[in-house]
Amino acid sequence: MDMQATKKKLGLKERYQVMTRGLDWEPSYQKKEDIYPYVAYEGIKIHDWDKWEDPFRLTMDAYWKYQAEKERKLYAIIDAYAQNNGHLNVTDARYLNTVKLFLTGVSPLEYMAHRGFAHAGRQFPGAGPRVACLMQSLDEIRHAQTQIHALSNYNKHYNGLHDFRHMHDRVWYLSVPKSFFDDAVTAGPFEFMVAIGFSFEYVLTNLLFVPFVSGAAYNGDMSTMTFGFSAQSDEARHMTLGLEVIKFILEQDPDNLPIVQRWIDKWTWRGYRVLTLVAMMMDYMLPKRTMSWKEAWEVYFEENGGALFKDLARYGITMPKCAETIALEKDHLSHQAWGTFYNYGAAAAFHTWVPEKEELDWLASKYPDSFDKHYRPRLEYWREQAAKGNRFYNKTLPMLCQTCQIPMLFTEPGDPTKICYREVDYKDNKYHFCSDHCKEIFEHEPEKYIQSWLPVHQIYQGNCFPEGTDPTAEGFDPLAAVLQYYHLEFGRDNLDFEGSEDQKNFDAWRGMATKNA
Amino acid sequence: MAVAAVKTYEFEPADALDKFHGAQLLYIGWEDHLLFCAPFAFPFPPTMPFGAIVDQVLPGSFGYHPDFARIDWAQAEWFKSGKPWSPDFAKSLAENGLKHKDVIRFRTPGLTGIQGSCS
Repeated sequence: MDMQATKKKLGLKERYQVMTRGLDWEPSYQKKEDIYPYVAYEGIKIHDWDKWEDPFRLTMDAYWKYQAEKERKLYAIIDAYAQNNGHLNVTDARYLNTVKLFLTGVSPLEYMAHRGFAHAGRQFPGAGPRVACLMQSLDEIRHAQTQIHALSNYNKHYNGLHDFRHMHDRVWYLSVPKSFFDDAVTAGPFEFMVAIGFSFEYVLTNLLFVPFVSGAAYNGDMSTMTFGFSAQSDEARHMTLGLEVIKFILEQDPDNLPIVQRWIDKWTWRGYRVLTLVAMMMDYMLPKRTMSWKEAWEVYFEENGGALFKDLARYGITMPKCAETIALEKDHLSHQAWGTFYNYGAAAAFHTWVPEKEELDWLASKYPDSFDKHYRPRLEYWREQAAKGNRFYNKTLPMLCQTCQIPMLFTEPGDPTKICYREVDYKDNKYHFCSDHCKEIFEHEPEKYIQSWLPVHQIYQGNCFPEGTDPTAEGFDPLAAVLQYYHLEFGRDNLDFEGSEDQKNFDAWRGMATKNA
Repeated sequence: MAVAAVKTYEFEPADALDKFHGAQLLYIGWEDHLLFCAPFAFPFPPTMPFGAIVDQVLPGSFGYHPDFARIDWAQAEWFKSGKPWSPDFAKSLAENGLKHKDVIRFRTPGLTGIQGSCS
């Protein structure tokens, strides 16, 4: 071998240069536009990829070393938690429904984020962003895996966790997070980076992770909490990347500003609509609450996000218009969302319930302007009826928004007694929306959203029954067939928490752990 | 506006009328009764008389509410796409001008939900 050994050890900076950008090369026999076919069509103009400043100086060898160390610790704690029957230390078996929602709704998105960043990394001609996307892509697949491992322990003991991946692609409410991410990964690489890298990871991520992780900590779920801490340092890196992407694009060409502003407007709203699930988790599903959804929104969006958009003003970026609508919804969102799951509790893969009296009082104290007037009468009526053996299960399928795919449960901005209806005629068909913002997103790219796989319409088209089902057969029960298609077991995974197998088992097992039977 | 795309980007809508096996979609909401979290979606044959919806379908969907039994249908106010509208109960959906994916709502004066909370 005549390869020259390096004479001296490289300095940190040099070493970083060699191990990242130094790996790039100029193509000689292929045209750049053939190698990077998706980089121009979105209209973003980049003149000098070398102006990209790497938000984190990390090489692959250092990445493996740090992450391996973190994961060793994480798995040690998860193992100890499992071996000590840690699941019996959660506050109340109702808490586990949060875990079910997270595993079916969020963990598959981590995997999609892995794919999305891998794709964006492949498509960017600059070596700097390519390396950053590569590392985030690896983070995301690790997060998907560690979440699945951390939560798999609960699957041994409780219902509804047995087939999360199958459910994610089929169950009606999971089409909300799924279609959000599918929308992002089917956009171009720049839109994806603004959608997920900036709008989600930077602007909204604290509203997803902090509530789940601190909710886990408050409720004795060591497994999820440890995962959250393990992901924390990655999340900080992701936020830095999200911000760098925005600054880099905007500094490259003034023509980029209106495109980026539109993406920020769109993806802040799309992300916020997905957070509807978090809002109801915080206010209704955590037996021991951390803070209300409204408080979280005020801290993490209005204060922190407000400061961010002030910083970005020098690039010409303004606060997304939807922030005004969101401010009007913050007193109502979680109540309307939980009411919806209570309605459709027979078709959800987790349990629902009416909160206990002291919980209603907590809600009233957190929502003095809305709860007692609009939502308490509804919940108390449901509780009275359930006590009489007449628990409400809504069996008629709801109308959905064409863009966010959420049932049309949201009320007019400023009038919580009227459902907000919006519609558009496009090429001989009518389309319906929950809000002005979802309507505008559709109007900008109708050809994309006319393809929405709306669960309710798919059921009516006959596409959501197990293979070989004959819907014309006598005595055909469409709800039962749809639940079979979801792999959701009637009477175990669904219905009210009161009387559920989860409730009975948890009580019995905890009793065995704490008393002399 | 067109979708930014690398080549022609045109698709059939996922919910075109011909995919519903002869039925058309109709959305129905009951104003001031948010105990039902959202308006309902129904697949109905266009030949179905409008009155059959009120007599045979709505009781199954809205009947849980104590206000439902008190509805005086002669007093009910109807809206189509938010504008006042008068259905003919004896005529079919098609004869009433209802097309695929139309949305109608009804208001029942005097009935405003659980303890007047619009629930």
